Amino acid sequence: MTDSKYFTTTKKGEIFELKAELNSDKKEKKKEAVKKVIASMTVGKDVSALFPDVVNCMQTDNLELKKLVYLYLMNYAKSQPDMAIMAVNTFVKDCEDANPLIRALAVRTMGCIRVDKITEYLCEPLRKCLKDEDPYVRKTAAVCVAKLHDINAQLVEDQGFLDTLKDLISDSNPMVVANAVAALSEIAESHPNSNLLDLNPQSINKLLTALNECTEWGQIFILDCLANYTPRDDRESQSICERVTPRLSHANSAVVLSAVKVLMKFMEMLPKDLDYYSTLLKKLAPPLVTLLSAEPELQYVALRNINLIVQKRPEILKHEMKVFFVKYNDPIYVKLEKLDIMIRLASQANIAQVLAELKEYATEVDVDFVRKAVRAIGRCAIKVEQSAERCVSTLLDLIQTKVNYVVQEAIVVIKDIFRKYPNKYESVIATLCENLDSLDEPEARAAMIWIVGEYAERIDNADELLESFLEGFHDESTQVQLQLLTAIVKLFLKKPTETQELVQQVLSLATQDSDNPDLRDRGYIYWRLLSTDPVAAKEVVLAEKPLISEETDLIEPTLLEELICHIGTLASVYHKPPSAFVEGSRGVMHKRLPARTGSGESTESPDVGTAAGGSAPEAAPSIIPSQGDLLGDLLNLDMAPPTTSGPPPPTTGMQMGGMDLLGGGLDSLMGDESEPLGGDIGGSPAMGAGFGAAPAVMPASLNAPVGGGLGDLFDLGGVGMPMGAYIPPKIVWLPAMKAKGLEISGTFARRAGVIQMELILTNKAMSVMTDFAIQFNRNSFGLAPAGPLQVLTPLGPNQTIEVSLPLSTVGPVMKMDPLNNLQVAVKNNIDVFYFSCQYPISMLFVEDGKMERQVFLATWKDIPNDNESQFQIKDCHLNSDAASSKLQGSNIFTIAKRTVEGQDMLYMSIKLSNGIWVLAELRVQAGNPNYTISLKCRAPEVSQCVFQCYEAVLKN
Amino acid sequence: MIGGLFIYNHKGEVLISRVYRDDIGRNAVDAFRVNVIHARQQVRSPVTNIARTSFFHVKRSNIWLAAVTKQNVNAAMVFEFLYKMCDVMAAYFGKVSEENIKNNFVLIYELLDEILDFGYPQNSETGALKTFITQQGIKGQTKEEQSQITSQVTGQIGWRREGIKYRRNELFLDVLESVNLLMSPQGQVLSAHVSGRVVMKSYLSGMPECKFGMNDKIVIDKAGKGGVTDEVGKSDLGGGGSTSGKQSIAIDDCTFNQCVRLSKFDSERSISFIPPDGEYELMRYRTTKDIILPFRVIPLVREVGRTKLEVKVVIKSNFKPSLLAQKIEVRIPTPLNTSGVQVICMKGKAKYKASENAIVWKIKRMAGMKESQISAEIELLPTNDKKKWARPPISMNFEVPFAPSGLKVRYLKVFESKLNYSDHDVVKWVRYIGRSGIYETRC
Repeated sequence: MTDSKYFTTTKKGEIFELKAELNSDKKEKKKEAVKKVIASMTVGKDVSALFPDVVNCMQTDNLELKKLVYLYLMNYAKSQPDMAIMAVNTFVKDCEDANPLIRALAVRTMGCIRVDKITEYLCEPLRKCLKDEDPYVRKTAAVCVAKLHDINAQLVEDQGFLDTLKDLISDSNPMVVANAVAALSEIAESHPNSNLLDLNPQSINKLLTALNECTEWGQIFILDCLANYTPRDDRESQSICERVTPRLSHANSAVVLSAVKVLMKFMEMLPKDLDYYSTLLKKLAPPLVTLLSAEPELQYVALRNINLIVQKRPEILKHEMKVFFVKYNDPIYVKLEKLDIMIRLASQANIAQVLAELKEYATEVDVDFVRKAVRAIGRCAIKVEQSAERCVSTLLDLIQTKVNYVVQEAIVVIKDIFRKYPNKYESVIATLCENLDSLDEPEARAAMIWIVGEYAERIDNADELLESFLEGFHDESTQVQLQLLTAIVKLFLKKPTETQELVQQVLSLATQDSDNPDLRDRGYIYWRLLSTDPVAAKEVVLAEKPLISEETDLIEPTLLEELICHIGTLASVYHKPPSAFVEGSRGVMHKRLPARTGSGESTESPDVGTAAGGSAPEAAPSIIPSQGDLLGDLLNLDMAPPTTSGPPPPTTGMQMGGMDLLGGGLDSLMGDESEPLGGDIGGSPAMGAGFGAAPAVMPASLNAPVGGGLGDLFDLGGVGMPMGAYIPPKIVWLPAMKAKGLEISGTFARRAGVIQMELILTNKAMSVMTDFAIQFNRNSFGLAPAGPLQVLTPLGPNQTIEVSLPLSTVGPVMKMDPLNNLQVAVKNNIDVFYFSCQYPISMLFVEDGKMERQVFLATWKDIPNDNESQFQIKDCHLNSDAASSKLQGSNIFTIAKRTVEGQDMLYMSIKLSNGIWVLAELRVQAGNPNYTISLKCRAPEVSQCVFQCYEAVLKN
Repeated sequence: MIGGLFIYNHKGEVLISRVYRDDIGRNAVDAFRVNVIHARQQVRSPVTNIARTSFFHVKRSNIWLAAVTKQNVNAAMVFEFLYKMCDVMAAYFGKVSEENIKNNFVLIYELLDEILDFGYPQNSETGALKTFITQQGIKGQTKEEQSQITSQVTGQIGWRREGIKYRRNELFLDVLESVNLLMSPQGQVLSAHVSGRVVMKSYLSGMPECKFGMNDKIVIDKAGKGGVTDEVGKSDLGGGGSTSGKQSIAIDDCTFNQCVRLSKFDSERSISFIPPDGEYELMRYRTTKDIILPFRVIPLVREVGRTKLEVKVVIKSNFKPSLLAQKIEVRIPTPLNTSGVQVICMKGKAKYKASENAIVWKIKRMAGMKESQISAEIELLPTNDKKKWARPPISMNFEVPFAPSGLKVRYLKVFESKLNYSDHDVVKWVRYIGRSGIYETRC
């Protein structure tokens, strides 16, 4: 039997001939013709003109022919919807066929035809097939529901197919269960907030039972679905883990990886001192290692995932370094990934072996691999201090090979090593200088120039070296130009007498002959600095630089957590959240690891639930108005996170540039040699205007009635009072993902007449955070910090600190929308971050807000009725007295109370910090939980906010 | 899920194209051809993202199989599926080649329709598929046959049908190991592991329940404490390594065919299953401790001036003298600028193969505890090429009649309660074969 001949017909008039053959009486000839049509279709020829003729062949008892016609239909039905209708009858008839294989075939194919008219006819057969006696038909119908949902979601819901699908989860046949789970998971993905999958302990139990019985693919569907569930407590978590662990011995790598995903996620909930926890950790290592004996493509997927796993839980594979050694005939993508993991696992215990391997790799042929190996040696030096010396000598050996790209790569990493261990390995500089001429890549040239500038006083001919670079200044890349500028300025500050000419030359090159604004601006700043105050210039340019951290290449913790929830999938291969590469609504949802919950604790916490529910709390802090974003973007232009390959000096540049934004001084702007610096300067004038006013305000705000410390004192007394002012619960304002690991949550409170911003700062990054400061943008009520942010000790990784910041209301005013919106900038040694939050307006209600009765009456009449607004407060079960005293706690004062026909009318007054009065009439009817409130104010725009406060105060 | 599946020949012409999802258009076929098959650079990743569409590919000889998707699919599953797809095709028509694919394209479309539905992999066991995808039509089937097919395809024991009968109940167990080694020029073991497979051919009647036992350290230690006597299968041939006295081995990890009850293995570490009929792979395992390395390679490379290399390689066999290793092949890489080679070897035949840039030394048989040597003089052409020769490692191939991991089969018990044959009536055969995997010594 040879079908290949069908591929060879290429002559003209082919379509015409085919048409004749399709209409032939002979069955064999017909079949041959259909095969030819399919072959043409495969190659990409348009054979849609044959549609009616092919469809005519559909009515046949030859299954092979029928399948071919169906294949044709699936391809062309969409382009010929009217003709496709001709096929409907046959489909409907086939759905009733005695043979289950034919019934399934018909329903499977119908679902693939995306023509509305056909879809209408599909509903009835599908309903029958979902309840078919044969499991093969049911499992096919289950998938068909997902197909139909993709075409017409509304139809699926209206027809009640979702419920039928849910019922199939309890089907007796494991394959039906697995397909139903797959279909439901897919549908649920496009409805993030529906509770479609409705995972609860009972349904989980069913899934776990089916897990033992279904095909390998079914096991993957079920495990992937299980991973979306969040157990109620650690006990449930453990029992699921126990039932999933046997999957780690499955021959199918995807089953293993999906099981690893479930375990990694649920393990989060287990207490670390539990015996089971450590048992589980031990059980994870062998299957992960076994994945490395799979085919290379799977090894690649496994390695990308292992890379995530070792970042999250380094203890699992810490003894397995050897399995990541590169084999000579590994494909290049496997080699590169193994190298990455080797560096992650490198420690004092195994560094000797690792270095020996890396040295071996550095002599291989593949350029990328060799470069990465060289860079890895440098990373080892930075990571394992004890090995630094050996790493440096290994690098020197490699430089001696004179292989061009090896030398360049080595110089780049040696610069990093200098940043980690200053004044330790400078003896190698001479060797480096020997290779100056061979450097042709910008990164290597920039690194070399940085070294020369930084150690100018120890290099006798530093001026000559730098001068040699200066000749081709205009042909260099920006990176090199910036570096050269800074290096020469450094040299000048160190050896002023001999290099005056040089520095003038470079300054004029940078400022007068360059079109690059970054370069020009940096040049000007140096120039002015040098001409106004050389001493200050020295302090700025030659400032001591912070040591670089060893783990700059780690994935940011929040992203890592999300990726752990996606183990095995494309997201884990790309190391990107699904939203970065998936279009539309699918996958936009962020998954995260569950928090640890003890068995006795409440299960109602908002982020416990399905993945769909989990996304809700995150939505809140992301409402940053476009204004703020714009400002943020302007300044964030070049604040990209440090990457693996990025040279560390820019990192400092960023930090310093950031500091300047709030510090106001020019000192650190000079930073050193970072290329992003120019961007900062470009942005800062705008910011300077925005924040420039702030320091001036500060002294004034200190005159506010009570200072910060005193406020705290009063605060202590305030706690005991029965009716304190309403304080909203703390919410996350700035998620760690947006702020390089700094998470800020907080709330506002008014304590003893002082407005406080109460913040919780959490460091979720790997490095220590220091130098915190805060600023507000102009806002509706002139809120401004009344003192500096009191974070005196550095904030270590995973540390949390609570701070309260007293606020004054005498800052610059600008009307915001919504009125109570506040844009905040917080900076630390890493960067400046922006977020916006909303404060309850009740904070601004002052203590002397009780109006005289007469004044109240007069004012009420005085304010035009247009300014009155009425609101309903629902479901409030306080009586009028309780409400009154509760409101008083928040400085809403009741002036009078009147009772008319069982309805209490409370008259109240409020004074805002800026002197605006708000008058209110609250109507409370006994037994009716709904209150009516009328607000009158000369500035009616505050009414909405005031109403919100009423609601918040009364309901809490 | 998988949005579409394409098969191309080496030129990038489409042989098979099946689209499962609406978000994948015809242009995806071309995108992959242009960006991957015709790409100038060597492929740097088996997963490629082109314009927010992800392509997964595997290559079999010169055939490209590519799966595409626009969603966040389970990547491991996609690759497992592509391999399975190759297995299924191979089971139907032999080698996956352009000619075979063209000859069977109708069958392939039929298979693709069956094993992938809306991009979700379905039952892809060839045993089950062959019962109803036959290219013969299904006209002649009775109702019973049809429902038997569907229940097998969807069933719990999808890998075995009811009513199998053999006059002679017989089973064959092959313990196939590949021993991998990476050794430094100084003879230090950088990494060594054995990856083994237990392949079973079962010709058993009915639905037999089997239990497999081996000298797994965990089981033996447990049994030792409990005082249970060691049951040894009657056809145990025993291992042949120099450390045959070793009682038990530590298995790092093992994976099982889907017929094995994993939860039982997890709780009791016992391997019980109902086997598929005919040949299949029961388990895979990996060991790294106490491996018997059957051969040791001692290289000596000396550069004499710029145009000559002297190479001397000694191999030593390291197992019982009564056993014979077979198909021994030592591959000594030579530089690209080699102009001529002179070889002298004590045993076997050695030849310089210019096309492979290597000296290949073959020895048919070699007993244990022996040693043999080859020396070669390699003439080099002077070149201006500054790039250093990478000195690939010396690799070795061989086959030995024992399991280098030390694994031994202790028993394989068969229970079939409904039919009247017992464990003792089953004829059992066990065989051990150790082969070289990647067995390299750096020089």
